[in-house]
Amino acid sequence: MAKMILTGNESAAWGARLSKPKVVAAYPITPQTSIIEKIAEFIANGEMDARYIRVESEHSAMAACIAAENTGVRTFTATSAHGLTLMHEMLIWASGARLPIVMSVVNRAMAPPWSVWTDQLDSVAQRDTGWMQIYSENNQEVLDSIIMAYRVGEKHNILLPTMIMEDAFILSHTAEAVDVPEQKLVDDFVGEFEPAFKLDPQDPGGFGSLIMPEGPYMEFRYKMALAMDEARKEIRKVTEEFAEVFGRKYPGLVEEYRTEDADAIMVVMGTIASTAKDVIDALREKGKKVGLARIRYFRPFPYEELREIVKKADMLGIVDRSYTFGYGAALYTETKGALYGHTDKPIKNYVVGLGGRDITPDVLVKIFDNMLKIAKDGVVDREIEWVGLHGDERWS
Amino acid sequence: MIEIRFHGRGGQGSVIASKILAKAFFMEGKYVSAFPYFGVERRGAPVTAFTRVDERPIRAKYQIYEPDYVIVLDPSLLKAVDVLKGLKKDGWVLINTIKTPEEIKKELNHDKIATVDATSIAIKHHLGSQAAPIVNTAILGAFSKVSGLVKIETVMNAIRESAPAKQEENALAAKDAYDATIMGGE
Repeated sequence: MAKMILTGNESAAWGARLSKPKVVAAYPITPQTSIIEKIAEFIANGEMDARYIRVESEHSAMAACIAAENTGVRTFTATSAHGLTLMHEMLIWASGARLPIVMSVVNRAMAPPWSVWTDQLDSVAQRDTGWMQIYSENNQEVLDSIIMAYRVGEKHNILLPTMIMEDAFILSHTAEAVDVPEQKLVDDFVGEFEPAFKLDPQDPGGFGSLIMPEGPYMEFRYKMALAMDEARKEIRKVTEEFAEVFGRKYPGLVEEYRTEDADAIMVVMGTIASTAKDVIDALREKGKKVGLARIRYFRPFPYEELREIVKKADMLGIVDRSYTFGYGAALYTETKGALYGHTDKPIKNYVVGLGGRDITPDVLVKIFDNMLKIAKDGVVDREIEWVGLHGDERWS
Repeated sequence: MIEIRFHGRGGQGSVIASKILAKAFFMEGKYVSAFPYFGVERRGAPVTAFTRVDERPIRAKYQIYEPDYVIVLDPSLLKAVDVLKGLKKDGWVLINTIKTPEEIKKELNHDKIATVDATSIAIKHHLGSQAAPIVNTAILGAFSKVSGLVKIETVMNAIRESAPAKQEENALAAKDAYDATIMGGE
């Protein structure tokens, strides 16, 4: 393996290159563009043997991936924010057609007002599309997750697409040392794509035709639901297998950090978790017993792990970098839903960092202090709290 | 952890400099991260970039507010932006300028000022054009001198491996800047 200094977007391009998709179809959007630029460069240099299809929109990018994958070849694409939401219709088509497409998503805030900075609403809003969702903590995970996503998704008992998220700029444009695995190891690990079914002129058939209400539409959806549940086991297995081959151990669906004997545990997705680990170490030295549960997979949702994690602390603080208008952010409502009937411990929602507002250790210390107070009192002061709004003296 | 902030103008290669410096530290066995100010860049407009260096894996995923070093690639920025913002009191500010640290001290209220005429060095080595010389590699040689944290030979090797063209000229510019750096105010 060679260590290279790579940005998150370069890591994503390398993850794609090593996985050898035959077709890449994409449309540029900040801050994703440097992924597909790098891939275009790999293809132009002959370092990647893929057909690059330039399209007029993200909707078409996903449509092209769907069509290509339907012919039985591996595909890859990447997008952000408005590009992802424009794809929405085709995302549901891709999963419904049981095509294990892999896509990098650079989490960027939705306009208006215009913002190119990080915010997870774009991908959280795709929760119901039937895609698996991985939220990355560093550039190594961006690269490795792409390789693992193909292996999990292409299994014939799964056949579901995966999107792998990077926080905009914080990962996408930040360079770190990344182990770029040897091609041979990735070849052996991912293997050739063996479609369960494909369009074949020698064996004509059709996909996605009309099903009457009395037909098996529900059964198709039920099979998808089973496949997504089955994916939990495959993900845990594949992360073990990945560790054996590549020497890097990923924590399945959820990473726990210093949760033993914790009074309060923060639950969060993405790069906030990384900074939080330093904060936790510092607070632990001061005798404050705090820990972290980093949700890697938001879909399938790790409800079993969370039911064990909640036993380890007196409260959970759910930190969301997006908001679902009407009631609570998505990670909060999902977590509470998963824990209903399994705990009566206090759970609070912290809404933070929208539109790329920087999450510094100072902010996290204040959140942890608030969490510890709730753990001690046994009472949630505010069910849902927006952290650090301009002029809010609680957080200044 | 050592935190370094670069100030340049869009097109001068500040972001690339932050990455080459990270690579040099990485070659000496350090953990690194390098990133631009999270924004939308335009040619000629002020640009900020950062490098973090540590002995252990870097988990900090937020911007740098109190750098240990500030590197200014374009002297005209001294009037345009507050280059000293957040700089630690005992931290160095390294400026590409024909002026001496003593002269700069009249403009900047800071103790540790270092200067180097990276522009002339870049022109001498035919880096960029006479009108728009590329100083981002030369200034890294000066950083090696000022900080003492990374060897000039390592910086030159990182430049050779990273520069898309004129690898040797870029590396030699760094060496010249290393030798020509004036450190004042100690």
